[in-house]
Amino acid sequence: MIFRRRILREARVFIYQSICYYSTVETTVRLPNGLAYRQPTGLFISNEFGASSDGKQITTYNPRSGEPITKVFVAGAADVDYAVQSAVSAYNSWRTTSGTDRGILLFSLSRLIEEYKSLLGSIEALDTGKLMDAVATEDIPDCINVTRYYAGWADKIHGNTIRPFAEKLAYTLYEPFGVCALIVPWNYPLMLAIWKMAPAIAAGNTVVLKTSELTPLSSLYLGHLITKAGFPPGVINILSGDGSTGALLASHARVNKISFTGSATTGKKILQAAANNLVPVVLELGGKSAAIVFEDADLEQAVKWCYSGVMSNAGQICSATSRILIHESIYQQFVELFKAYTIQMVKTGSLAHGPQISAEQREKVMQYVRSGIAEGARLVHGGAEIKTAGYFMQPTIFADVRDHMRIFQEEIFGPVVVMDAFATQSEAIQRANNSTYGLASAIFTKSLTLAVDTSQKLDVGTVWVNSSQDSDFRVPFGGFKMSGYGGQELGEYAVKNYLRPKAVHLNLGTSL
Amino acid sequence: MTSSSAASVPLSQMFKLPNGVQYEQPLGLFINGEFVTGKEGKAFEVVNPSTGNVVGMVHEATAADVDIAVDAAEAAFYDGPWSKMSSAERGRLLLKLADLFEENLVTLASIEAFDNGKAIQLAKGDIASCIGCLRYYGGWADKIHGKVIETSTESFNYTKQEPIGVCGQIIPWNFPLLMWAWKIGPAIACGNTVVLKTAEQTPLGGLFAASLCKQAGFPPGVINILSGFGRTAGAAIASHMKIHKVAFTGSTLVGRQIMKMAAESNLKKVTLELGGKSPNIVFEDADIDRAVEWINFGIYYNAGQCCCAGSRIYVQESIYDKVIAAFRKRAQTNVVGNPFDEATFQGAQVSETQYNRIMSYIELGKKEGATVEVGGERHGTEGYFIKPTVFSNVTEDMRIMQEEIFGPVCSIAKFKDIDDAILKGNSTTYGLASAVHTRSLTTAMEVANRLRAGTVWVNSYNTLHWALPFGGFGESGIGRELGKEALRNYTQVKTVSINLS
Repeated sequence: MIFRRRILREARVFIYQSICYYSTVETTVRLPNGLAYRQPTGLFISNEFGASSDGKQITTYNPRSGEPITKVFVAGAADVDYAVQSAVSAYNSWRTTSGTDRGILLFSLSRLIEEYKSLLGSIEALDTGKLMDAVATEDIPDCINVTRYYAGWADKIHGNTIRPFAEKLAYTLYEPFGVCALIVPWNYPLMLAIWKMAPAIAAGNTVVLKTSELTPLSSLYLGHLITKAGFPPGVINILSGDGSTGALLASHARVNKISFTGSATTGKKILQAAANNLVPVVLELGGKSAAIVFEDADLEQAVKWCYSGVMSNAGQICSATSRILIHESIYQQFVELFKAYTIQMVKTGSLAHGPQISAEQREKVMQYVRSGIAEGARLVHGGAEIKTAGYFMQPTIFADVRDHMRIFQEEIFGPVVVMDAFATQSEAIQRANNSTYGLASAIFTKSLTLAVDTSQKLDVGTVWVNSSQDSDFRVPFGGFKMSGYGGQELGEYAVKNYLRPKAVHLNLGTSL
Repeated sequence: MTSSSAASVPLSQMFKLPNGVQYEQPLGLFINGEFVTGKEGKAFEVVNPSTGNVVGMVHEATAADVDIAVDAAEAAFYDGPWSKMSSAERGRLLLKLADLFEENLVTLASIEAFDNGKAIQLAKGDIASCIGCLRYYGGWADKIHGKVIETSTESFNYTKQEPIGVCGQIIPWNFPLLMWAWKIGPAIACGNTVVLKTAEQTPLGGLFAASLCKQAGFPPGVINILSGFGRTAGAAIASHMKIHKVAFTGSTLVGRQIMKMAAESNLKKVTLELGGKSPNIVFEDADIDRAVEWINFGIYYNAGQCCCAGSRIYVQESIYDKVIAAFRKRAQTNVVGNPFDEATFQGAQVSETQYNRIMSYIELGKKEGATVEVGGERHGTEGYFIKPTVFSNVTEDMRIMQEEIFGPVCSIAKFKDIDDAILKGNSTTYGLASAVHTRSLTTAMEVANRLRAGTVWVNSYNTLHWALPFGGFGESGIGRELGKEALRNYTQVKTVSINLS
């Protein structure tokens, strides 16, 4: 078995060395603006792009047109194994690299992402259907900043010294896990890859990243920059693939830590696969986050924040504040203002209203729309697909939505917002917490004590006061309940999550 | 060195250095983003210690210029782009500065060798440390966290680590650029603005670095660099009513003055990195060859001009004869001479004053009855070079054992056992650094535990690193530089307590 793998690996290396630059692992892609670029389509392992061992491929589509962009490979068992083994052998020397030097490589990568921001942004916009404007102002700058932020943490990982009594000096070493499997979704492909990769690498791990089958292109391109930045081969490996690839990675015996962002359904499968080898897992899952608009809120601001809080990225945000609870005294007013603002935004197109990622996803969202109507919610606006090329649909507003309705409880992951009125603060809190999820929440009020008190009582990992969705890479992000498991992302926490403490006891005088 | 008229001194000049490096050397005071002349029109000489020759003049800051710089720093702190800048953006500017230091490494090292007299190889090492230090603090800028502290359900409490405001910084001449980076890095990372005075013996590097600050894009007034004298510009900084923090590195004597002036003016916060008389202790189970290398490096590095120099060497009596014989030989193989010669290890002492001071300690040692094992005299006939010197047959009460010499002069003595070593090691009013050489884990740990010093090196010496806190016990100073600790020097804690009842 091992012998066969080695032959495959050697054969692959031989093949790579003997074929020219214009190989089957790269293809020319033409961008909507007319420019063309060379998109790597191979699996990125040990700083080289290569075909998968069984050659199985999938197609990635442009959600704006429904047209295919190109084919990429589905990493199979042999490929996952090769990637993990590469990461294992790279780890042997990577673990002796100083934090400062790891930081220097990450600083280089940050600079390269900045240098290539235009191309990376274009690839991301093409593969996800996002507006170029949104990618350029949100996704790509975040990638640059997050990489740079964790570059700075790399040499600031401190253990503790503990002196319980004179004859014992103990200290803790925060050590990396080894090989970390990072599995990312399609809603912010490159950004979430960086959110996981940067702290894992800063902490001294090596990684195998699996892209979503729907959006592999930007992460594969990142392979070029990783090589350019000077990372040794095998430290960062990137595989395209589908659910089967993820399952193989999650159950691989040499993977020591898994970080996954995606749906709760898949998250549970990952956890079960990891349970076999007792591998620690971090899950960032979905949400049905509530925004609470109190009587004294700045109404105009609340409407604007709540709109972008659910309609950005075509509603495909894990922390979207997709349930809005409004104080009864301003309820009708809010609903009308929100409707007017939605119509205005769609007309001017000034806020990202792109397509859903796929036909399947759009259909899932439409099913929720139908269920909302069927269960008796009031359809205030939208509710239909847009019959053009691609996977567009109308931003949709439901009002008078009750707790028992599916559209109140379940994550829709589309541009659908549900609203209802509340009478008292405690009712708002109770209804907001009446969810199996607990990712985020937004509170709109001018009252300091109301804001502080309410935020304390909400069962969620992030509370935004007078805003929504404005996460910051320096602040931890993660969910309670079914929204998360195993730790936070971002901030200092994320680095800690990729480390485990080893305690060393020095016996300075106890004899038997 | 005295002041004279600045009328004929330009604001910058092309310098050509002995190794062929040519560059534009700023000569003015760097205030509010520009190089300017001093208000009182004064200038002072710059001397090359390798030759003793005057190589140029720089503009001199007096109290009036300190006032202007402080006003600029205050305005930059409260208004303007710096006051609104995010912490990540501040960090990015420091990272850019580190990159510029890296691009200009040879020029910076050459200036250092020229102005301070240190060997070019060591100067390059200094600049590499500057880069590491600036990059390290660039990374801390957006990671300065306060805490949320629970007391009762009736209140919501949190702390913030806020910048102090305008910080005064006074640096010495022994590591001009490195000391510059040690001060600028953390102060800027924490969001302060600074007025930094370089040493009058070594003004050149700091001014060139100031031009790099401008190139990096720091807003005007954030970093101000003044060349000047302690008695005038330095005192003005220490006594200034609008400076809320002063950080000083230099002699204990002057450090006391700084602290007095700080107290008498506005009780500005003070950190001091002062002198030392650090013990370097070799146990009988040490790897002797390596220990000898470290005791040599411990005293002769930077021509002995290190606050943490291992100037008192204690060797366990069973190996004393072996060690002193080896050390005698080793001390004499140090290459002393022209800093621009790549083979040189030990360059010149920084000035005539320092040279004379060290030579008088050598004479004193001889008078006190110690034996000169090697050296004890001038090296060559030009410039301020002194031969690596070792005194033996010393007693603890000799002045050469108690007072900081700050030159390539050490004393070597015996000790009996671990208790004796500790007693001797700690018999000093200083407490900056120390080292123990041994193969035994328990010896190393016990000595490290019992020595009263801010740093204990085990099986090395002078191996500082920007990530490791550095500072003195006793009269060696107050506070710590480097590492995360340095951030404490440049922030103050604000507690916010919100009543929820």
